[in-house]
Amino acid sequence: MGGNSTYHFKNPVVRWFDSRLPMVSMVRAQLVDFPTPKNLNYWWTFGGIAAIMLVVQIISGVVLAMHYTPHVDHAFQSVEHIMRDVNYGWLIRYIHQNGASFFFIAVYIHMFRGLYYGSYKAPREILWMLGVIIMLLMMATAFMGYVLPWGQMSFWGATVITNLFSAIPFVGPAVVEWLWGGFSVDNPTLNRFFSLHYLLPFVIFAVVALHVWALHVPGNNNPTGVDVKSGKDTLPFHPYYTVKDLFAIVVFLALMMAFVTYAPNALGHPDNYIPADPLVTPAHIVPEWYFLPFYAILRAVPDKLGGVLLMFASIFVLFLLPWLDTSKVRSATFRPLYKIFFWVLFVVCLGLGYLGAAPAEGWYVIASQILTAYYFAHFLIILPLLGLIETPRPLPASISESVLGKGGGAAPAAAAAAPEKRG
Amino acid sequence: MTTSETPEPTRRDFIYIATGAVGAVGVAAAAWPFIHQMNPDASVQALAAIDVNLDAIEEGQSVTVMWRGKPIFIRHRTAGEIEEARDVSLDDLPDPFAQILGGDESLSAADENRAERPEWLVMVGICTHLGCVPLGEQGEYNGWFCPCHGSHYDTSGRIRRGPAPRNLDIPPYEFTSDTAIRIG
Repeated sequence: MGGNSTYHFKNPVVRWFDSRLPMVSMVRAQLVDFPTPKNLNYWWTFGGIAAIMLVVQIISGVVLAMHYTPHVDHAFQSVEHIMRDVNYGWLIRYIHQNGASFFFIAVYIHMFRGLYYGSYKAPREILWMLGVIIMLLMMATAFMGYVLPWGQMSFWGATVITNLFSAIPFVGPAVVEWLWGGFSVDNPTLNRFFSLHYLLPFVIFAVVALHVWALHVPGNNNPTGVDVKSGKDTLPFHPYYTVKDLFAIVVFLALMMAFVTYAPNALGHPDNYIPADPLVTPAHIVPEWYFLPFYAILRAVPDKLGGVLLMFASIFVLFLLPWLDTSKVRSATFRPLYKIFFWVLFVVCLGLGYLGAAPAEGWYVIASQILTAYYFAHFLIILPLLGLIETPRPLPASISESVLGKGGGAAPAAAAAAPEKRG
Repeated sequence: MTTSETPEPTRRDFIYIATGAVGAVGVAAAAWPFIHQMNPDASVQALAAIDVNLDAIEEGQSVTVMWRGKPIFIRHRTAGEIEEARDVSLDDLPDPFAQILGGDESLSAADENRAERPEWLVMVGICTHLGCVPLGEQGEYNGWFCPCHGSHYDTSGRIRRGPAPRNLDIPPYEFTSDTAIRIG
């Protein structure tokens, strides 16, 4: 990024600085003048929303760490101390707690948008894969953060999830003791989780920078999936998309604050307000809602190693997605069959989420197995075949044509009616 | 010597590879302390043995004690439970091994091997599936039942049905008198 700037700044100080470190011209090129397809709908704002959520989590988290004590004897007390004694501690903790959920909401919508509009296809494969890495890092961070209050769900969630690694043949038990730093989840585990929970968000931040870099090489995909053909197809990022993103961010944060202030524990689990007890397992161990679909896949298999492998495979299959989808057409708008299968997959993911929260017995197990099978079939069977069978609808010649109609700019009245018409 | 077009390795090639090899060993040696520091430390290892008095545990009662941060179930089994555990054919057991920690790994899962004295069953109270604490006197085999993912254990703590892969572990222990044991 940067390189030799083509900008000429009038202000001599800016010019002097920019010729030594071309930061000003980089911001101008990447965040102000950056040519962005003019037909992006509101589903495209969730990338910016997710970035803001990362910042919200880092700021609130750094503040919480000033008052929190990572020790098994004090962790639970120190969280209650934050809630009751620290000035605005209740607000900052509830922002952090609900912020994690809303970060996942933003990222999951962002990913489904990518799935719907084929944003993972060439030349954006690396961009997509970096996104999957961000999701994995988020999951690790969220899991370790949930352990820190040292409630019953913290303790038993940590026990169940770290025990997943004991399924590894031969070295499994040694790996688990290495993760614990003992023979069970205990103080060394809490200490290292705190350390890593503080570290990983900054790693995420770095990968987000790579993600944005990889985005700015080919530029944004758009609802038609058609490449940008000329300057007529684009608008400068600022002010058009800075304002659009900002509006979406305000609405999203308002929704989050509604939870923070009116239903701060609606997305959590009451058992985590019971201090951790290594002798009593809660009757229902349920992970946070954003892990439920993966948890359902884990439990769908009656074999321990098989369940663990399948759960990790459900994420790793996303790395292969750009090559599993054989269709050359990106957007589901022009893929009548894919559009149906997309929504089926969406409902299947919601269904897996529901089953992940249900007890592992009776028909719930059978339903989990069917939905798990379908999840994998979607990526490994349906997508590769669909590209060969499906007849896509005719694509517009350009983004401009899709927005303005065949006249291509002659009929301004049509502009308001056409965009964002999606199934 | 060489008949192919591959150029003869030079001394520079040798130094290049040798430097790389020494560097790799150095990185590995430097990394090891940073990996090993996460393993159980000396203070954790030191909490290895505990003594438990069995006097107060009546027949049909269980107690749970902590050993190495793990719950240990000590059950004073009834005659019925012992009989039930000893009547099971070994062919009905998903896990055919006794699972005694630090013991003979090929020992069969016969109840005689898992309970040194038939009335006392001493086990690590951690489900071998994903580490929950099973509930006593429950499940389809009248032994232990894990509520997390539905594993059923019998009156000898052996897995009978559900996702758990192994029988409940037996910790190393010895009778220091007729009414006391040392675990660890």
